[in-house]
Amino acid sequence: MTSPGTSETTGRAGTGHRHARGRPDPAPLFAVSGVTVRFGGLTALDDVSLAVRPHEVHGVIGPNGAGKTTLFNVCCGFVRPDAGTISRHGTPLTDLRPHRLAGMGVARTLQGLGLFRGLTVTENVMVGADRFRRSGFVSALLALPRSAADERALRERAWRAMSDAGVAEFAGRYPGSLPYAVQKRVALARALAADPELLLLDEPASGLGHDEISELGAFVRGLAERMSIVLVDHHMDLVMSVCDRITVLDFGRVVAAGAPEEVRDDPAVVDAYLGEEAHRGGSDGNDGNDGNDG
Amino acid sequence: MPDSVTAAARRLLPSSVLGRNLLGVLAGLLVVVVVLELTGPFRNSQFATMSYYAIAAVGLTVLTGLNGQISLGHGALMAVGAYTTGLLLETGAVPFPVAMLAAAAVTALAGVVVGAAAARLHGPYLAGATLALAVGVPGLAIYFDGVFGGEQGLRVSSPRPPDWLADAVYFVTAGDLTSARYLAYIGWITLLAVLLLLANLTASRYGRIWRAVRDDEVAAELAGVRLGRMRVLAFVVSAACAGLGGAVLAMVVRLAAPSGFTIVLSLSLLTAVVVGGLGSLTGALLGSALLVFLPPAVTGLGTDLGLTGTQAAELAPLVYGVVLVVVMLVAPGGVLGAVHRLRHAWTRRRQGARDVGAVGSSKQGG
Repeated sequence: MTSPGTSETTGRAGTGHRHARGRPDPAPLFAVSGVTVRFGGLTALDDVSLAVRPHEVHGVIGPNGAGKTTLFNVCCGFVRPDAGTISRHGTPLTDLRPHRLAGMGVARTLQGLGLFRGLTVTENVMVGADRFRRSGFVSALLALPRSAADERALRERAWRAMSDAGVAEFAGRYPGSLPYAVQKRVALARALAADPELLLLDEPASGLGHDEISELGAFVRGLAERMSIVLVDHHMDLVMSVCDRITVLDFGRVVAAGAPEEVRDDPAVVDAYLGEEAHRGGSDGNDGNDGNDG
Repeated sequence: MPDSVTAAARRLLPSSVLGRNLLGVLAGLLVVVVVLELTGPFRNSQFATMSYYAIAAVGLTVLTGLNGQISLGHGALMAVGAYTTGLLLETGAVPFPVAMLAAAAVTALAGVVVGAAAARLHGPYLAGATLALAVGVPGLAIYFDGVFGGEQGLRVSSPRPPDWLADAVYFVTAGDLTSARYLAYIGWITLLAVLLLLANLTASRYGRIWRAVRDDEVAAELAGVRLGRMRVLAFVVSAACAGLGGAVLAMVVRLAAPSGFTIVLSLSLLTAVVVGGLGSLTGALLGSALLVFLPPAVTGLGTDLGLTGTQAAELAPLVYGVVLVVVMLVAPGGVLGAVHRLRHAWTRRRQGARDVGAVGSSKQGG
């Protein structure tokens, strides 16, 4: 995987790292405020707020069942909140639908990858770039030059995204024939092909090995040059080293929010979840990630 | 050496989608002319029959193979096209190409309605709903017998070859342009036009998005695809093809009657598509050929083996059923899927352990 940014971005040493934090709250790119979701008698999210600033990597963590995926589903319009609003650039999104996200510059990867198994890697990624198409049905039916030019442009976008994610060499292959780690990068390439300003990553590190996770961390930091990222993951080392700010959920409520070191020392977080994980992470003695040195 | 030959051949082919598809269709037209001119009226009418099955089948393979929606109601959509053609030709004021286009348009409109309902249904529910269509539409023809002619159906006056065309053909081939041959030409030229348009579509963004929707709805939706709209579009394209197939059927059979559009027709189309290879236009052609030419061949074989006429005639559906079961067991990808697999195995053996992943170009599936 090559770092797409121009500056050197490894771990937290990069100069552009956390530049979003010190500033006096720039207008959030994407904000969720006071969102409550109930499934029958169960409250999955209770008055949850979260603001993503431009070029920020924002982590969402919490124990299993804390509501992380539900929060993502609310952001994508798959789940309607019972209360609260979602806004983009300060404008409330009243009728959020999944198919409108791509057009608004929001891309998401799925936990289950959701690759199209009957499409080649290139075609998969081209679907991700589909929001940039310009020609319509008639030009496709008659194979007019406009349609051909459109296809070339989409192919080029797909190619760039595949090169960024390091899967260009698998262009003609079908996803089912590729190792899981490569499939994950194809899914990432598909999201990048939409050229999003906000990228939602749902457990990007699950199923990856140790080296692949560090690689992913560097890659995500590099992406922050181009977009904001919201990251849900269980790998504490990754989240602590990559994120500018972290929101911690427990039983559907926000129990802590702030910079990684603040969050890590918060007693509520230690209670809920982190204590056990942080100790385990510290005893691993992770190189390259200094997330446990505080 | 064969590699350099295929590379040279590939250079000669046009690089654009339209150029490639046009070339294919022109080659097909040449074959059609030669075959129809060299065969007699009986074979001509068999080819005409194959053409209307194939027109509907290629439309169905786009819907079922590419978009993953099953339809047991395409026979009913063919009926819509056939009755539209019959009613328009009855007036005597409408030339047959206009009647055919109108049939496609009316059926496409019916496709919007059915497709909008179908887009919300999946699997067995979709099969059930379209099955209801197959059962219900012929019933409508009986109920409104004043317009549609009831059980007897509508007699359709088939177009006759214009004199100038008959003269021109006689001048070129020294053979008569019989009515059967003329109808076969109409059917096959329609089929080739449909193939050209569908090949364009499947190679375009629409083919890709249809397949994406089939494979993973959530991921497609997140990429900005409007699932319902794309499903309805696939249904409309497929219905327009069925309507055109019905129009050709009406002119070839010279009749549009409820007995011609039973559930058996819908099932035959579906088996043709599956046997040939789901999602492939060529596969749908193969399946339609099998549908038309296999039963008479089996019946002929039966009579040769000393069976009575009735016994031989009953042998045909049996063999067709056996072929279907065998194909499903041995080659779930249909005839074409099996061919692809064999070719793949062959090239892989030739290439040895050469890494397939190094091939950077991707090919569109057709």
